[in-house]
Amino acid sequence: MNTATTPVRTIKARRSVFENIRRNLKTAPLTAWFGMIVILLYAICAIFAPLLAPYGESEIVGKAYQLSSAENWLGTDQIGRDTLSRLIFGARNTIGIALITTLLSFLIGGSLGVLAALKRGLLDQGISRVVDAFLAIPVLIFALMMLAVVGKSLINLIIILALLDATRVFRLSRAVALNSVVMDYVESAKLRGEGMGWIVFKEIVPNILPPLITEFGLRFCFVFLTISALSFLGVGIQPPTADWGSMVAESKSLISFGRPAPLYPAAAIALLTVAVNFVVDWFLHKTSGLRDGH
Amino acid sequence: MHPVLRTVLQRLGLGIVTLLAVSVIIFSSLEMLPGGYAENVLGQSATPETVAAFKRDLGLDRPATVRYFEWIGNALQGDFGSSYSGLSGSMKRDVSATIAPRLYNTFFLAAMAALIAVPLSLLLGAMAALYRNSWFDRIVNSVTLTTIAMPEFFIAYILVYVFAVKLKLFYPNSTVSIGTPFVEHLYRAALPAITMTLVIIAHMMRMTRAAIINLLASPYIEMAQLKGVSKSDVIRQHALPNAWAPIATVIAFNLAYLVVGVVVVEVVFVYPGIGQLMVDAVSSRDMPVVQACALIFAATYILLNLLADVVSIVTNPRLLHPK
Repeated sequence: MNTATTPVRTIKARRSVFENIRRNLKTAPLTAWFGMIVILLYAICAIFAPLLAPYGESEIVGKAYQLSSAENWLGTDQIGRDTLSRLIFGARNTIGIALITTLLSFLIGGSLGVLAALKRGLLDQGISRVVDAFLAIPVLIFALMMLAVVGKSLINLIIILALLDATRVFRLSRAVALNSVVMDYVESAKLRGEGMGWIVFKEIVPNILPPLITEFGLRFCFVFLTISALSFLGVGIQPPTADWGSMVAESKSLISFGRPAPLYPAAAIALLTVAVNFVVDWFLHKTSGLRDGH
Repeated sequence: MHPVLRTVLQRLGLGIVTLLAVSVIIFSSLEMLPGGYAENVLGQSATPETVAAFKRDLGLDRPATVRYFEWIGNALQGDFGSSYSGLSGSMKRDVSATIAPRLYNTFFLAAMAALIAVPLSLLLGAMAALYRNSWFDRIVNSVTLTTIAMPEFFIAYILVYVFAVKLKLFYPNSTVSIGTPFVEHLYRAALPAITMTLVIIAHMMRMTRAAIINLLASPYIEMAQLKGVSKSDVIRQHALPNAWAPIATVIAFNLAYLVVGVVVVEVVFVYPGIGQLMVDAVSSRDMPVVQACALIFAATYILLNLLADVVSIVTNPRLLHPK
């Protein structure tokens, strides 16, 4: 290899990851900023819930169905618990459960997808056909049916949704991994005699990560909305756990009396999914090189 | 054989296979439970005799394959067996008789939503595409991105709060019964139908916009414009023949989405449809009702997607004029 003794121009050092993030943030549109700030606020709420909430998660602080007052900013619920405190604890429970479910679904779907792309053959065919059949049933309907079979509990909810969502993740990760598997760098790693683990984690995964991260945001929104819908229908997260979906269901009768009580938890759900969508939209534009107007 | 006919038949065959596979999944969901459904429902304290008696009552003591063929055979003739509730008593509740009126209500609601949403979103989507990057397009884009992300019940309760509670234009609950006159039914189903319209219109508009922009970027459209063909002829003769497939896909995709959205919306408005029935049956673990509802939802979903595929094959100009 030749090295020039006198460089034509000084070569700048490679930008660090931190610098890259800073440069990207500078060009982020307003909607993405809005989304990121909202997500940050939700995260703070979820992590520091016991410090932020004025009362405990299932602490009964007064009479049922109280209007807003200095003690209870958003009033109390059907058995006299503070609505604001339950909203704050709800952030921790609802987001936490959705996050665990999505991570589990990516772990299952992602690893099966990469494995199917790498091994091909009968294994790939077998998993793909089963997944195809599952894709033909809407997730909410299938989740409802499975909850009827196994009975409603938190563990069942997480496992059922993670498995159903994994079929969707499998499709995408298999597709992007297939594109990566046929590349020369994978071929040369094989010829070098690298092991399976090296090929997967050092060659394939770094290359398929950007589309998977975008998908993670979208799948999280979907799982979060599905869990909220199931809880709203009374078969998801069960009381006394504070959760936004069931809070909407518990306070829905109040709306006929002109009180917007079910709107607070519903708005909490809507705001988070809108925020995540804004950030994902920006990320999508960045990674696919698309500009506005396409 | 004409290539169009062959492709359509292939697609139909695949659809039937998918339907069969899905029916097997729905049926076998009951068998997947480790330890068995009867043991799970009765709890650990149940004696083997009670479990056996319970199984016999439900007909679960016979082999699964026999029960599957009996179930699917009867289901094809519109008979879904009898419900688990009230089974031990003298009152045997027929699942099909419970489902039939509710199925009508649900299709009434879905059809109403579709009739409003489909023309409106195609129009808005086409306008957003034709006047791309205008203020209209920008506003529509951010509004739809926002509504897509919202849960159905949030939109529903905002509508209830504004139109039923504050303005008193509609009832907050959409109770209808078999004797409800048609016009009254329309009025009572209006608020849930508007909710579902808002939910799917955003998806549909964005997909229509993307499809039309994609189409207008094709070289043959540019060629037609360069030839000096009038604007309406470009759309009618050059763009439209190729646009049917994406439009059909967009419509079917969103009607399939309606199938899912209807469950939550029916519960919000206490509308006596099949979605509400399924949710109630899930809570009481009444499996024949749950499986019948799941089969109907899944079959509708599959048939709609199949219909979209067939429309896009039949209208595909490349297949219609084989070389």
